[in-house]
Amino acid sequence: MLRFVLGRLAVLIPTFIGVSIIAFAFIRVLPGDPVMLMSGERVMAPERYEKISHELGYDRPLPVQYFDYLTDVLSGDFGSSIVTKRPVLDDFLTLFPATLELSLCAILLAVFIGVPAGVFAAIKRGSFFDQAIMSTALVGYSMPIFWWGLLLIILVSGTLGWTPVSGRISLLYYFPSVTGFMLIDSLLSGQAGAFKSAVSHLILPTIVLGTIPLAVIARQTRSAMLEVLGEDYVRTARAKGLPPFRVVGIHALRNALIPVVTTIGLQVGVLLAGAILTETIFSWPGIGKWMVDSVFKRDYPVIQSGLLIIAGIIMLVNLLVDLLYGLINPRIRH
Amino acid sequence: MRNKYTFAATLLAATMLSGAASAKTLVYCSEGSPEGFDPGLYTAGTTFDASPRTVYNRLVEFKKGTTEIEPALAESWDVSDDGLEYTFHLRPDVAFQTTDFFTPSRTLNADDVVFSFERQLKDDNPWHNYVAGGAWEYFNGMGFPDLISSIEKVDDMTVKITLKQQEAPFLANLGMDFASIVSKEYADKLEADGQMQMMNQQPLGTGPFEFVAYQTDAVIRYRAHDEYWKGREKIDDLVFAITTDAAVRAQKLAAGECHIMPYPNAADVAGMKENPDLKVMEQEGLNIAYLAFNTQMAPFDNAQVRKALSKAINKEAIIDSVFQGQAKPAKNPIPPTMWSYNDAIEDDSYDPEAAKKMLEEAGATGLSMKVWAMPVARPYMLNARRAAELIQSDFAAVGVNVEVVTYEWAEYLSRSKDVDRDGAVLLGWTGDNGDPDNFLHTLLGCDAVGGNNRAQWCNEEFDALVNKAKRTSDRDERTRLYEEAQVVFKREAPWVTLDHSLVVMPMRKEVEGYVMDPLGIHSFSGVDIAE
Repeated sequence: MLRFVLGRLAVLIPTFIGVSIIAFAFIRVLPGDPVMLMSGERVMAPERYEKISHELGYDRPLPVQYFDYLTDVLSGDFGSSIVTKRPVLDDFLTLFPATLELSLCAILLAVFIGVPAGVFAAIKRGSFFDQAIMSTALVGYSMPIFWWGLLLIILVSGTLGWTPVSGRISLLYYFPSVTGFMLIDSLLSGQAGAFKSAVSHLILPTIVLGTIPLAVIARQTRSAMLEVLGEDYVRTARAKGLPPFRVVGIHALRNALIPVVTTIGLQVGVLLAGAILTETIFSWPGIGKWMVDSVFKRDYPVIQSGLLIIAGIIMLVNLLVDLLYGLINPRIRH
Repeated sequence: MRNKYTFAATLLAATMLSGAASAKTLVYCSEGSPEGFDPGLYTAGTTFDASPRTVYNRLVEFKKGTTEIEPALAESWDVSDDGLEYTFHLRPDVAFQTTDFFTPSRTLNADDVVFSFERQLKDDNPWHNYVAGGAWEYFNGMGFPDLISSIEKVDDMTVKITLKQQEAPFLANLGMDFASIVSKEYADKLEADGQMQMMNQQPLGTGPFEFVAYQTDAVIRYRAHDEYWKGREKIDDLVFAITTDAAVRAQKLAAGECHIMPYPNAADVAGMKENPDLKVMEQEGLNIAYLAFNTQMAPFDNAQVRKALSKAINKEAIIDSVFQGQAKPAKNPIPPTMWSYNDAIEDDSYDPEAAKKMLEEAGATGLSMKVWAMPVARPYMLNARRAAELIQSDFAAVGVNVEVVTYEWAEYLSRSKDVDRDGAVLLGWTGDNGDPDNFLHTLLGCDAVGGNNRAQWCNEEFDALVNKAKRTSDRDERTRLYEEAQVVFKREAPWVTLDHSLVVMPMRKEVEGYVMDPLGIHSFSGVDIAE
């Protein structure tokens, strides 16, 4: 097992360097210039342009800039935003808990509804339920997030008035951020109603962000279950008189879960991509919105370091998924 | 980062809750996050709303709802006969805000004023480069480094600014946000503590509201400045709830989650006007959208060709399609709310037949050209691509073949300045200080060719008029000169003037005392909420 873990870790190093090159090069390949954008319609004099570019180090050759950047990153310095002038890591750490909280809720929703729905559809293959579940999943998968989010806001918040429109908590509540997770902080604050307000603010964004992963997981679970349910050992289990619950829940599901876990792992990337739109619609102060704003402003340090940190997180999650396989299916360890 | 404000937050939470029952809180659904809080570093309106207009004051300010200058931190001022020396007499007993992060020991004096400008002016001031790439963009953009010869403290309450040449719009420039007065005492403390970057994160000034906390990309909180020199505000707390999507802002306003919002979608305005809980204020913006020919390139060096193309464009169709009617056609290069606007000028009427004939007379038949469309929405032009397509079909009707081109925004701004640029550029401008010089000289003067003057138009007659106006302090004389300059502009048509957009501010019925700012800034001083 240790060799397996070390082997996986060794692969991460070249991947990480590769990502850093792509992140660095990506934003510089795009047309646009952060210094030029500072002055908007107002034209900046060429000598001032040069002065500011020099201060920011953008007049040096690209390989030199990259090498300095990599050295800084390895020493833990991710640079400061050109726009807000704040350190990128500070902003990331402030904003990331919001994205993480939303993503965790979304993935929990997707797993706790998607897996049982997929299992149920597989058992009742061809029935009305199967068709209803799979059609709903297809609709969910194809739904444009922006449209879906606005639709829910207009219906649930606007017309019915059941949930707040946007934000993380009612503006009436104001307390120190301890963990950055609003659900936990609202409980710690001890203010009456704060937790309830935080939950009510989470409902719609969780549904919107969880929709696509939910659909994918339900479909994946169904097809994996169908495959497993046709296996000989399942027939044997049935034949020896095990109750259906044990056959499906223990013998079949455990084996069907391997591709499902892979899918869930891959959904982390989907969640972070979906977070960009979901956070924009629900004014959710997370890293998705932060990255998009930075791309528009060509805020090089934020984009390159932000991408690098996010890629690092996705790599770690995939590593964890690989390790989880080992637990679910011991054969993979070898 | 978190720890820095945790303690302050706890204190505030305690105070807010204890007075929660009676506290009046105004919630503004703002359209974006401020870039920072130092009033001198940035040029975006979103940042001005969040810092200079709430936390700070200036020596002189624009009278509410107008572009006229009134005394603010300077109680009065004298201008020398040669127009080069401005002596400002400061208002006594102006208190700086006492906040959780700083307690001032003195009131405003000349040191603060000198410091506020010198940090932007002098390379050797320790604050000049306190953040990397801190550009003092407006200070430089308005030409202050070439204009100001010295800033001196005459005595504790008197400051003298000496200019290198006469500049009539100077006072108006001092009313702009970058000229906000910061506390030298606070700066000294930050410098001594090695915390200079906090100047851009925890602002402290003399303004109507004091800064409490900023939760990145989510909420900015302020509370009324108890010792504000104009008297304490009627509302106790001011909250900016950052909501970037206009449709979501509209939903929040309708649901009562905020009291007031800027920049609604044009398509939502009609529905808001019908909502009995809301009221909608409207005003013509201090802006212009234009199509600038390259007047140094044939055939656009011929005024008759430019005039003809001006007559070929159906402005009303652009306004209907792009603004859903929320704009007015423009005939002059300055907006009608600005003093010296020459209303006697007649616009080039939309007349494709006449245009065609004029082009034939000028020998410009079978013409092919590029029209540049901006890739972003700006207040004066919500959808440049759509406008360019309409212009394309209007020009096709008079036999001119148009190719619409676009570039990434920074690239667009940079390439469109080029004197050898091909084609006509769609662009616009929002006024900075309400002075006609800020449009006529900045955008159309000979100095600005290869820069802000996208038409690359240098007309001696026009340039002499606006330069003379710049050096004249008599308002009537300046008005006359600018009116004449507009006549020359219309005759020569370096631009097709397209539209002035309407600025729309929807708010809850209970909001009282909100005044729209012609400069497009959102200020909440004087606003109240009816019980």
